[in-house]
Amino acid sequence: MIWIDTIVQGILLGGLYALFAAGLSLVFGIMRLVNLAHGDLIVLGSYVILFVVSALGINPFLAAALAAPVMFLLGWVLQKLVLNRTLGEDILPPLLVTFGLSIVIQNGLLEGFSADSQRMSLGALETASVSLGPITMGVMPLMTFASAILVIVALNQLFYRTAIGRAFRATSDDATTASLMGIRPDRVFASATAIAMLVVTIAALYLGTRANFDPSIGPARLIYAFEAVIIGGLGSLWGTLIGGIIIGVAQTLGAAINPEWQILAGHVAFLIVLLVRPRGLFPKGA
Amino acid sequence: MALLETHGLTARYGDFQALFGVDIALEPGETVAIIGANGAGKTTLMRSITGVLNNDAAQIRHRGVEIGHLQADTIMKRGIAMVPEGRRLFPSLTVEENLIIGGQHKGGRDLGDRIDSFLCRLLGGPDPMELAAGHDGSGYWSLDTVYDLFPILKERRHSPGTALSGGQQQMVAIGRALMSNPDILLCDEISLGLAPVVIKDIYQALPRIKENGASLIVVEQDIGQALKIADRVYCLMEGRVTLEGRPSEITRDDIHAAYFGETA
Repeated sequence: MIWIDTIVQGILLGGLYALFAAGLSLVFGIMRLVNLAHGDLIVLGSYVILFVVSALGINPFLAAALAAPVMFLLGWVLQKLVLNRTLGEDILPPLLVTFGLSIVIQNGLLEGFSADSQRMSLGALETASVSLGPITMGVMPLMTFASAILVIVALNQLFYRTAIGRAFRATSDDATTASLMGIRPDRVFASATAIAMLVVTIAALYLGTRANFDPSIGPARLIYAFEAVIIGGLGSLWGTLIGGIIIGVAQTLGAAINPEWQILAGHVAFLIVLLVRPRGLFPKGA
Repeated sequence: MALLETHGLTARYGDFQALFGVDIALEPGETVAIIGANGAGKTTLMRSITGVLNNDAAQIRHRGVEIGHLQADTIMKRGIAMVPEGRRLFPSLTVEENLIIGGQHKGGRDLGDRIDSFLCRLLGGPDPMELAAGHDGSGYWSLDTVYDLFPILKERRHSPGTALSGGQQQMVAIGRALMSNPDILLCDEISLGLAPVVIKDIYQALPRIKENGASLIVVEQDIGQALKIADRVYCLMEGRVTLEGRPSEITRDDIHAAYFGETA
């Protein structure tokens, strides 16, 4: 029975990784931009929420709701003023610029908030749990997983049911022809990154309330996010959730065998998927 | 005042100059055909007019307003729509979505435009969207009228656009351009690669498009087809206009000379 419990905990952890990955997947899907600062943007989001929590003395969930518009605007401006200039035939400029951005964010946070690790408290919610027979699930992991599903459903609705979603898909297909339809690609990209930053804010809320964080942990979150996206197959959000779950389950199983193996097991699972299905489990257009 | 005119239009791709001072005009209600061999500059001319290539402001005028410097989306919102060479449907969109997106950003200002205008005025610059005003995109064409023009598209409306035959894809591309109710419709090589019977179907749609308020510029390699539908013809060769006239007034020899640069 301990194994079933371990797998359930892994699935729930996968929800967190899917949240890390959804924004990355969204941005890559629309503009083929690999954002190496994605993990640091999540950490930045956690600090923004922390700042609101300490300034106003409110609950982190409420603080995240206030941080969301700030992050949305930050994403819009970042894409419009910086990242749009890097897009083009050459894939190197966006990599270099977002790598630089990653360093800037880490050092900015270090300067502003020091290297001390931080934590946002949720009070009783942190230890609350529900039992289902032999399995006990934390309320926070459950909420994380539910949020991941909600985010993916919402993004899919946005993509396939709305005018801006149509513009996203058209611009992703063919930006020049999209501009002949009255669409301004740079603005579509700015909107996409702004929306991705809303997802980042949700990821940041759970990152900051479930564990300690400090300015240096962004790149590791980026790795998990990358692995989830690639296991799932580029461009498929449900695939990204499955990818997150595979890493999550591998990590908890690894940890159950030997606590030192947690991180390693996630990476090994990723490598095995890459060996067997180099394009991921659910590649788009296959 | 001509609906659309170019004055000494030049265009270049890097070091390569593709157009050398092209002057053409389109009067309201007219159909103008642009003919010429491969590489004559026909598609470059279309790309310049639609704003995919940028030019000096004064080189292109639409309803008397200089538009040479405007971006493609602003020019489309002024009422100039394009059926691009090779159709260029969006593979991720269904037939119906391809049509809807053609009219989705027509006329007026959307939220993004308003934000842009606000930011530009805030920074003391000119309003980039001011020149898009004056065309609200309303008119005869809608999903229903496009489906009435090309009934087969209604049957296939939930298929991916790229799952259709070449002729049907061309119909989607034309319908998509009509959805913004343009006052000028540019058609770039709409018969290219299609069977003669399909070409006939497509060309039969053009009179109804004209009746409903669009003037046409048709780029065509098939000279016979071009002469049949056009009120006036321009022939391009190596980036220059080598012939202009009404189909009734120009001879085969004129065309031969203009097309190939030989004197007959």
